[in-house]
Parts: sequence; structure tokens; C-alpha cells
Amino acid sequence: MKHDLLGLENLSAEQIKHILDTAATMKEIVLSNNKKTPHLQGRTVVNLFYENSTRTRLSFELAAKYMSANAANISSSGSSVAKGETLVDTAETINAMGTDILVMRHSMSGAPHMISKLVDASVINAGDGMHEHPTQALLDMLTMIEHKGHIEGLKVAIIGDVYHSRVVRSNIYGLTKLGADVTVGGPSTLMPVDIAKMGVKAYDNVHEAIVDADVVMGLRIQLERQKKGLFPSIREYFRFFGVDEARLSLAKPDAIVMHPGPVNRGVELSTAVIDGDRSVITNQVTSGVAVRMAVMYLLSRGGF
Amino acid sequence: MKILIKNGHVIDPANGIDEITDIFIDNGEISEVGVDPDLNGVEMEVIDASGKIVAPGLVDMHVHLREPGQEYKEDIETGTRAAVYGGVTSVACMPNTSPVCDNEAVVTYIKSRAAEVGYANVYPIGAVSKGQEGKYLAEIGEMAFAGAVAVSDDGHPVENSGLMRRAIEYSEMFDVVVISHCEDMALGEGDMNEGAVATELGLRGISRAAEEVMVARDAIVAEAIGGRVHIAHISTKGSVDIIRRAKARGVRITCETCPHYFALTEDACRGYNTNAKMNPPLRTAEDVEAIKEGLKDGTIDCIVTDHAPHHPDEKECEFGLAKNGIIGLETSLGLGIKCLVKTGVLTMSQLIEKMSLNPSRILGISKGTLSAKHAADIVIFDPDKPWTVDISKLHSKGKNSPYDGFELYGKPEYVIVGGEIVINQGELMK
Ligand SMILES: [Zn+2]
Repeated sequence: MKHDLLGLENLSAEQIKHILDTAATMKEIVLSNNKKTPHLQGRTVVNLFYENSTRTRLSFELAAKYMSANAANISSSGSSVAKGETLVDTAETINAMGTDILVMRHSMSGAPHMISKLVDASVINAGDGMHEHPTQALLDMLTMIEHKGHIEGLKVAIIGDVYHSRVVRSNIYGLTKLGADVTVGGPSTLMPVDIAKMGVKAYDNVHEAIVDADVVMGLRIQLERQKKGLFPSIREYFRFFGVDEARLSLAKPDAIVMHPGPVNRGVELSTAVIDGDRSVITNQVTSGVAVRMAVMYLLSRGGF
Repeated sequence: MKILIKNGHVIDPANGIDEITDIFIDNGEISEVGVDPDLNGVEMEVIDASGKIVAPGLVDMHVHLREPGQEYKEDIETGTRAAVYGGVTSVACMPNTSPVCDNEAVVTYIKSRAAEVGYANVYPIGAVSKGQEGKYLAEIGEMAFAGAVAVSDDGHPVENSGLMRRAIEYSEMFDVVVISHCEDMALGEGDMNEGAVATELGLRGISRAAEEVMVARDAIVAEAIGGRVHIAHISTKGSVDIIRRAKARGVRITCETCPHYFALTEDACRGYNTNAKMNPPLRTAEDVEAIKEGLKDGTIDCIVTDHAPHHPDEKECEFGLAKNGIIGLETSLGLGIKCLVKTGVLTMSQLIEKMSLNPSRILGISKGTLSAKHAADIVIFDPDKPWTVDISKLHSKGKNSPYDGFELYGKPEYVIVGGEIVINQGELMK
């Protein structure tokens, strides 16, 4: 039976911890001078990206290469993906190419779940629509553990466009399973109905969400949401929901600041907060490669 | 051809019949209902209906047959074949074909194709507006004269309230009803019902308000001008409430629901099951209860399938890209028995009323009855006999059904259309 990583929803706390422990080891490799292991020698990793995301794709690509895999990229421009080929067709192609691990980014929720039923390769969801982005949440958790020593008991405040965010959903699943207390904050127009049923507290203001937080995470605001009438202007968004130093002072004094990137400076977070000493955003990027190495390694060895 | 249906439990809501008796069919028409000793010795086909229900053939007033133009999904022959397998002897087909059925020629084409290849009676529904674009009235009078039994822009709402008002007024002159697909597009953009499941799955939620705003509008417009309107496929508690109150005020409003709105909830979308994607979307258990309540108290007049066949490529894809709708002609009776009759929501007679008599009355067609001198359209089934849905064995070109593996009751054993046995012991005759 093949194993996938489609989301954190169906992983147990033990499985998540196992991935994070493995990732901590991988991080030593990433930070060393000899970034080459034979873990995936002879294996083929295909990055199938239907949405542009240079950062995430690069992170997966490096993770594969550090472990000696053959890595190839298929992106929506310059391939049949753009020419109306269906997912069913693409799955056949992936099978015919002898792919071992398929990393997939797609703008539609559930697309990796569908393709996983059709391909022999292990599927890693690199972000599906507004649904999940499990490796992002894992790298966020790895980063939190590095700075806080543990997840259990942490108060994590996630601020921004909760409605459209796959990062928030994966973080909710992962963090609540490991015993963190998650609050989400943002404008009511960007807050999905019944989000509290996922086990979080939801606020339509930053203050209440952020009070006493150990971790403050900003979520990217897609500037085009403004055109759909979800908020009136960037200026007004930042005035009421942006995390600046004054709002950050409501969190614990040693709170860390995170963001999945790329950050819109002066929108989700003020420049002072981004560049401040509590920001761990660049460390998240390093953790990302380590987490992806761990996930690929474990999938190639029979899962989590 | 003469047919005697013996010893069946005859249910004919139009004539208040609900008893064990016989039906004699002669020359395509119902000759008499009752035990007639004079028939001894007459040469005729005899169907022993002991232990079975004998009812007027079902009338499904909301079906997409896809012909002309989308025969890769369904055509009149395959759609009506699926219908008779489901006990449906008459269908009214929606005009969102290609070209749109917005003129006399397309109405005539559908009628003539149906006469040629159809297994069931086919009643075309014309468009409200030219090209279903919601701008100018289609030639409703000419379509009515050519045989259209109603008008609807189904698939799309009539967003312009002024046009809806004129459509209701104008259609009344030709004695055709306006069927309204209620969906406020600006509120309705999304993939499934708005709520906890959509939030979890990361799918865009469709608010109940998208449907209810327009149901309320149509009730108000109909009331203001004293006109008549029929609301298609209602799915929410709020819609039931609005229509119940409108009816209590004497508004000339009728409505329909579909089996999926009392048999399934939004939970069916889990796993990104595109066969649970429809418009309006599947709602919650609370809505299902309200739909059943509305059926029970008469707020909801009829049950239709909104039979919407699609090609596999249109469903075997990302949930967000999948087409809306499911097939339903072969499962509607079974779902009605299982979810409504077996659970005590409706009596069998009330179910037949909502699946046969009421739609006939709303459309003004002489179906849904076993009255003498009426065309003999009859369905015979055993409501206690279970059967299991196997979608690969259904007869529509579309296989997009969420009911695979469901155990239902009362698969039609005999279906008679115009005095001819079309389904005999569950098998198609021609
Ligand atoms: Zn419709």
C-alpha cells in the first residue's frame, strides 16, 4: 500500500511528532556543509504545480536533491497542464513516467485527494485551494518547537484571511492535535462560517486573538480580495487588522512572530515587526526544507 | 390491446381510490377501475398485481433530457428509457439545451423526437427569456401553442425582477406556469452549502440566502400582481417557511423539492464526492427535517428529480470544476418510499399525489389519474421489496448518482404507457 501526505486532518499526534522528530535530524543536514544524503537515491520526485509558487517548489526541489533523488518540475505554464488536460490524463502521464513521489500544488481543494486515487506514486499535498497545506503547518510547528521547546500548552494566534487560507486549516489540525490553544482573528468577511467547530476560538478583532499569545502568525492577504468586496482597502485592513508593535505588545513578551510568506510589508505585519528580533520568518524557510526532506524520506520508507 | 390488472392495491388520489381492486385497460385508455365479472372470457393480457401497488404513472416535471445539443450527456431516447425504468411515464424537460428551447421550432423538434424515439410522454418547457439570457421575453405564446407546458430559465435565475413580473403576467394568458430557479447569483457563488463542512473541506460556501431571497421575491411579485408561480427544487428550511406563509396568505404559489433534499445532507460532499455537488447544494439535517415537514403539511406540492445527466469527464475532476447535478429518474420512487413512506412522513397515496397528480395539475396536463377515458399510464411495484442501486446498471447515459449501493424499495415491475406495457417484470419490452 502506498502512503500519501494529503493533510494533517487524518494524522495522529504520534505520526505528526514522528515527522517533526525526523525533520529535526534533517535540519542538521540542511545546516551542515555537506548537504547530500543517499536517502532517495534512484527515486524520482515530480513537482506538479498548477499554481505559481517559486518558494514552495524550490523548497521541495532542494529537499529532493539533498537526498539524491531525481527531481523534475511540471508547472502550469509551458506544459500540457495549461492546455486543458484533465487530472485523469495527467495522472496517467505521471504513472507512465515511473514517478515515486508526486508533489502537487493546485488551486482547487481536493485535487491531490483525487489524483492520489489515480497514481501509483506517493502524493504530497503542497497546498490545495483553501483546504490544506500540511508541510507548511509542519514547518511552522518545527519552528515553534525550536523556539519554545514544545507545542503543548502554547497559545497560537493566527491573524488574517482565514477564509481562503489552507495554511490555517493545516495548522489548526496539527496544533490542536499536539495540544496547543489556537485562536484565529481577522475581518468577519474573511472568516469562514463555523470555524469554531474546528476547535479554535475566532475573533473579529486582533486584540482579543493576540492577548497572551506565545506565537503570532500572520496570514497572507491576497490583494485581489479587495476587488471582490471582502475589505475596502489595504490601508483600512492594516489599520484594524495589521500586526504592529503596539498590537504585538499584547502577546507574551517572548512571543515569536511567524508568516508563511511572502509577506506584504505593512499589510499583514508592519515592517518593524517583520524585521524585529521576535520574527522567526527566515528560520521558517530553513525548517521548510527539513520538513519536506523528512516527509519524503518517511513516505519512501512506508509512511509515518 | 386489452389488459386486466388484477388484485392490485390501486392508489388513485385523483379519485380517492386506495383499495384492492382491478383495472381494465382497453384501446390505450383506462376503461374501468373495479372488479367486473362481465370480463370473464374476454381475450386480454392479465397482470397479477397481488401484493403490489398499482398507481398512475409518475410525472416528473423537472428533467434535463439534454437534446438537442448535448447528446453526449443524454438524449430523448435514453432519458425517457431511464424514466420508464423508474416508473416515470411523463417528463417535462427543461429548456437549457443547445440551442435553448426558446422558440416554437425547438419545442416542435423535441415533441417530434419524443414521438419517434421516446418511451415516456415528453412535455417541453420553454424558456422564459430569449437564450435564457434574462433580458427579453421569449415567444411564450408561440411555444405554448406548439405544446410547451410551462416556461423556465432553469439552470439560471431570472435575476431581473421586472422581467419575472412580466413573465408571470404574460404566461398566464397562455395558461402556462412560470417555473422559477431561485438563486441570487451574487450571494450564491460557491461549491457547496455554507457551513462547517465547507469550512473544513476548504470549499466555497453557498448561503441559504441565495435561494431564499429569490423565493421571497417571487412570492412577493406573484402576490402583488395576483399571478401564479412555481418554485423549482427548494432545499432550505427558510424556503419552506416563506412558501408556507405565502400560501397561507392565498398567494398562487406552488413548489417542488427533489429526493436528494430529503435523502442526503452536505456530509455527502466529504471526500470531494462530485456526485454530491448540485445546485441548490445539499443542506443540513435541519433542512432535511423542514423539507419533510413541508411535504407532510402540503407546503411542498411535488417531488421532481432535476435529473441532470453529465459525462464522466464532467464529474471525474476537481470538485470546484465539476458540473452541478445528478441523475435521478430511476431512484426517485425508491427514495420516496424509503425516506418518506417507510418513515411515516407521507402515506403511499400522498407520495403518489406528489409524484404524479400534483405535477400534472400544476402543468395542466391530463395525467396523474386513473380516471376512465384517460390514457392508461400506470406503474406497478412492490413497496416492500428491497433492491440495491448499482449505478453501472442504470439506464441513463449519465452515471452521476450519489446513491450507488443504497438499498431502496419498490423497483417498478410493470410500467404501462398509453396502454402499452413498456416495462414487463422489470424488463424493457422494446
Ligand atoms: Zn434549476
